[in-house]
Amino acid sequence: MHQVFKKPVSLKDIQTHFCPGCHHGTFHRLVAEAMDEFGVQERTIGVASVGCSVFLYGYFDIDVVEAPHGRAPAVATGVKRARPDSFVFTYQGDGDLAAIGTSEIIHAANRGEDITVIFVNNTTYGMTGGQMAPTTLVGQRTSTSPYGRNRSKDGAPIRMAELLAQLEGVAFSARVAVNNPKNLMDAKRQIKKAFRYQVEGKGFSFIEALSSCPTNWGMDPLSANERVGSEMCSYFPLGVFKNDSGL
Amino acid sequence: MARIEIEETRCKGCGLCTLACTRKLIAMSETITKQGYVTAVMTDQEKCTGCALCAEICPDVAIRVFK
Repeated sequence: MHQVFKKPVSLKDIQTHFCPGCHHGTFHRLVAEAMDEFGVQERTIGVASVGCSVFLYGYFDIDVVEAPHGRAPAVATGVKRARPDSFVFTYQGDGDLAAIGTSEIIHAANRGEDITVIFVNNTTYGMTGGQMAPTTLVGQRTSTSPYGRNRSKDGAPIRMAELLAQLEGVAFSARVAVNNPKNLMDAKRQIKKAFRYQVEGKGFSFIEALSSCPTNWGMDPLSANERVGSEMCSYFPLGVFKNDSGL
Repeated sequence: MARIEIEETRCKGCGLCTLACTRKLIAMSETITKQGYVTAVMTDQEKCTGCALCAEICPDVAIRVFK
């Protein structure tokens, strides 16, 4: 009898601070597995953002730079240009990437920086107390939209994966989820593809990862997981929106 | 013959593994851990096929699978 499933080497053996049922932990593991598969752990420099993803440096067994709020793609640009032989990825939430850091992500993507961006979308500001984010669904109640997001006042949620796919500099853009085994296996494939783009020096790759946030949605973990598959997947369709090299 | 090990100190009791197991072999415990969580427990080790879907979906990497 041998072990067929174990913790990836790039992930430290410590318990995370994530709430029960939060998908951040799953995405951390998938990213670590991809690093293991390509054997890039030793030359990886991760760029952490602000939000629940901020403790990335404590969970991954790699070098990490902590960027100011929203500025991870700009910091990653500098890291990659200074150390072109390194493997650089950012891991950002929706409050970080789609709100405060919109300028940085759009321009880094448009320049076609040779980095990978993992964007975890849970339709809310998780760490700061569940405020409305640009990705909050219409009608969703948050601490700053107690009557639900109002389309005419607050606009419609931003679909980042589609938006970035339009830019010339983007080589790969996909949206994934891990709410059930089928979506999870696909997420694993797409994250590895995104990593392959950088390993082979083929340009900017972007993964939008749909995640639950049971605490701020006011749901138990199973209902929150269910919401990802129903409400979120119908507004944020899963799939690959750009795959330049056809990997 | 396959076997899973659920690490009680890592499990936060979200229950996602109970959904992932196609044979419905995982249930929630009736006791709570030191950290205050109701954890996942294997109910029938004999029937486990070692597909590892429970471990794949676990956000806390709390499940080890042997085959």
